[in-house]
Parts: sequence; C-alpha cells; structure tokens
Amino acid sequence: MKKTCLHDRHVELGATMSPFAGFDMPIEYSGIVEEHEAVRRGCGVFDVSHMGEVNISGHDAERFVNYLFSNDVAGAPVGKVFYGMMLNRDGGVVDDLLVYKRGDENFFLVINASNIDKDVAWIEGNAAGFDVEIINLSDDLGEIAVQGPEAELVLEQVLGIACRELEFYTFKESELDGAHILVSRTGYTGEDGFEIYAGHATVRQLWDELMESGRAVPCGLGCRDTLRFEVGLPLYGDELADDITPVEACLSMFVKLDKPEPFIGKEVVMRQKAEGAPRKLVGLEINDRAIARHGYEVLNDNDEVIGHVTTGYRGISVDKSIAAALVDTRYAAMGTQLKVKIRRKVFPATVVSRKFYKKSYKK
Amino acid sequence: MYYFTETHEYVNVEGNVGYIGITEYAQNELGNVVYVDMPETGDDVIAGEDFGAVESVKAASDLISPVSGAVIEVNEHLIDNPRLINEDAMKNWIIKVELTNPEELGDLMSKEEYDTKFKI
Repeated sequence: MKKTCLHDRHVELGATMSPFAGFDMPIEYSGIVEEHEAVRRGCGVFDVSHMGEVNISGHDAERFVNYLFSNDVAGAPVGKVFYGMMLNRDGGVVDDLLVYKRGDENFFLVINASNIDKDVAWIEGNAAGFDVEIINLSDDLGEIAVQGPEAELVLEQVLGIACRELEFYTFKESELDGAHILVSRTGYTGEDGFEIYAGHATVRQLWDELMESGRAVPCGLGCRDTLRFEVGLPLYGDELADDITPVEACLSMFVKLDKPEPFIGKEVVMRQKAEGAPRKLVGLEINDRAIARHGYEVLNDNDEVIGHVTTGYRGISVDKSIAAALVDTRYAAMGTQLKVKIRRKVFPATVVSRKFYKKSYKK
Repeated sequence: MYYFTETHEYVNVEGNVGYIGITEYAQNELGNVVYVDMPETGDDVIAGEDFGAVESVKAASDLISPVSGAVIEVNEHLIDNPRLINEDAMKNWIIKVELTNPEELGDLMSKEEYDTKFKI
C-alpha cells in the first residue's frame, strides 16, 4: 500500500484510514458531516497527494494534448486550467483530468490516482509521431486542496500565498521559501478554493502551518465525495468509466467537436450527440430515508432493470436521500417515476437534476 | 446478560427475549448513522444471517443476527432519529426478538471476550 507524504500527519490526528486507489488514505478525522460543513461554511484542507501528475512538453506538446484531450487548449493563454477527458476510440472515458497550460510547449496533467498506470500507458502509447517529452511526476509531487468560502483568506494570511488575483480555473507558479509551487483556483467541492502542488517537504510544511493556525479543518476523502456528489461532479469509477461516454455522463460541454484537428473518441461523441446515447446519467430523489448505493438496480414500472446507481447518499447540505444513476435514456426525463432496489425492498424514486446543491464558485 | 458476535452485534437476553443492536465499537467505526433498515414485527431472523443494515454517511453495513427468533418489536425511535445509535449503541437496541433456540447463545462471545478482542 502506498502512502502520501502526509500519511504520518493523518495517523497522528487520529484519522480513520482506508485503502483508496492503492493508497492508505484518510477517510475522516472529526467526522464526515462536520468536515463537509467546514468546507461549505469555512475552510477545509484535503491531502490529495494520491492524485497523479504528468508533464508533457516539447515542440508538439499542444497538438499532442489536443489529440488526447477532449477540451481545446489550442491558443490558450499560459496560466489557464482546463477540465476535460481523455477518450478511448469507442468514446469511453479513459480518465477525467485537469490540464494546466504552463507554457506554449508545456502542459501539466492532473489525473486520478486509480488511473495513473493506465493513463501513462495510454499517453505514451499514443505519442508516436509527436515530438514530446512525457514525464510522470506522480511520485515526486504532493498536493493539498484548500476549499471553502474562507480558502482565499487562509491562503493569503496563513500560507502567505497571494491568490486574490487568481481567477477561477487559472493558476500561477511561484517560489515559497525557495521551493517551487503551483497554485490553481480549482477544486472538487463546489465551493471556492485552491489546489497547491509542490514537492513533499513543501506540502508537509504547508499542511503543518494550516494545522497550527487552526483556521483550516482537516478533511478526509469521505466528505470530498459527499461534497462533489451534491453539486453533480462526477467521480471516475462511479459516474465515469472506460465504457461510459461523455454524452452519457452529460459532459459533452467539455468535448470540443469544433477543434480543427481530429482527436481520439471524436467520432463516437459526434454520433451520440446527433443520434442520442443509449444511457444517460440522471439524479434520483428517493422518497424514503433508505439510501441507494453504488451498483444498486434502478427499475421501471414493470420491475425491469433499466440502470444502476453510480453514487448515493443521505445528503448533508441537502437533507434528502439522493443518488446519481446511469439509466436507459428512455427513462431519463425529469420527473420520471422510477424505483430503486435497496437490499430486499423496492423504493419509489423521481428523476431530478444531479445538481442537488448549488455551486458557489468565485468567478 | 449481553452476548456478542464477531461482526459487532450484541444480544441482551432477558428470559426468553433478546434485544439486538450494534456495539459501541461498531458505532464508533461507522460514524454518523443516518439510516437503519429494520425488519418488521413478525418477521423471523436466523442466527448468522442478515436482517437489515445500519447506514452511515459513507456506507451500508449489514446487520447479522446473533440468534434465531421472531421479531416482536422494532425500535421505532430509530426511524426518525438514527443517531441515537451514536449516542448510546448499547442502550438503543434495534430489534427485540423472542428466542427460538437459546442454545445458540453458547456460540457467542461474553462481554469480557468481546472487549478483549476488540479493545475500544
């Protein structure tokens, strides 16, 4: 089992630790509900050092990234961050990721921990004919996410990182006590916030300063999942997979079909956008206290299985039993009455928006 | 008298009646309980088989019955207030059963054995 550079801190804080994507990760410290509320109302800090980082540079870097990546980085200013996906040739999602434009020939990719090996193999396997250098930095870099309405103040006042001028989905690189750091106004919680990438020693130093200040609540992966789920953000492995397309996952807006050069997966997405996809990701509200978990069956009126739950919780900011489900498109219209099988019982459920809680980004 | 399972349920036996719940250790591991899936009065439970689930924010945990019997009451306070389990797991039992095979108690752990095995 791999450990992040903050592992000893989590153990010292008494976190509940659990395996995630090959890492021994903190799930919660004081409790998922308290940590979730801290991010919605104040400031929380997450160790997300398990995330993978890959740098792509070289003469063809931009063209190569645009060939692999569903969004369009061509001609973007340095300092911009893009969300998007790498698609396979069947239009399925290899991974969803952030791409940071560091220079005209220099891009930094942040990928899911569970997909590091697969992604690196995919990137290298598609690089033939491109003049690029691909470096997997996953073992060398740590990452913390500082999230919540007070994140900006905490970064400026506690960590001494000027970030007020950073716009949503932009980043800057700077020095902190002689060490190189990269700071972006991004996150995975639906709140304003920042993600900081640096070497292990620097990440440990930043974490310790935050803990000593008492102004950022340590938050585990437990509330990271409830926070992202309530605002409708997908998690690879739940809402996204090698056999789920961006059209099915309702992420078409991050696939730029008007890019002049071809990119992997384009044809399938184009066809599905025109003809419709067989399945669609929807929100469900369960009319009961029972909770629909990942993998549970979704049924129609005739008790036929027409889909399955991808994520489900008793909402924290939303006091309801809510779920996301990938269902047959014929049953995806808002207001459709469906059923969810929860252990031995079947509960009525209504198709609703997956945005159960409103994001409050600072744009 | 309390008896315990390896899967962190207890049965508190008074005469022929058993109060089944989850242990303090289990509630602590689970965190905030948000839902308890309970059988209905009149249902049968079988030793070693699941009869419902306790759900925390993060996951559902099956409830495994320590004993066989018929459900004579479910703890209805848990429907609207599942967190009672976090407040006092040993007092807030989940179901009350009439034991059909009290000899099964011999397969369970005593409080001392359980506490030694799962130090809180």
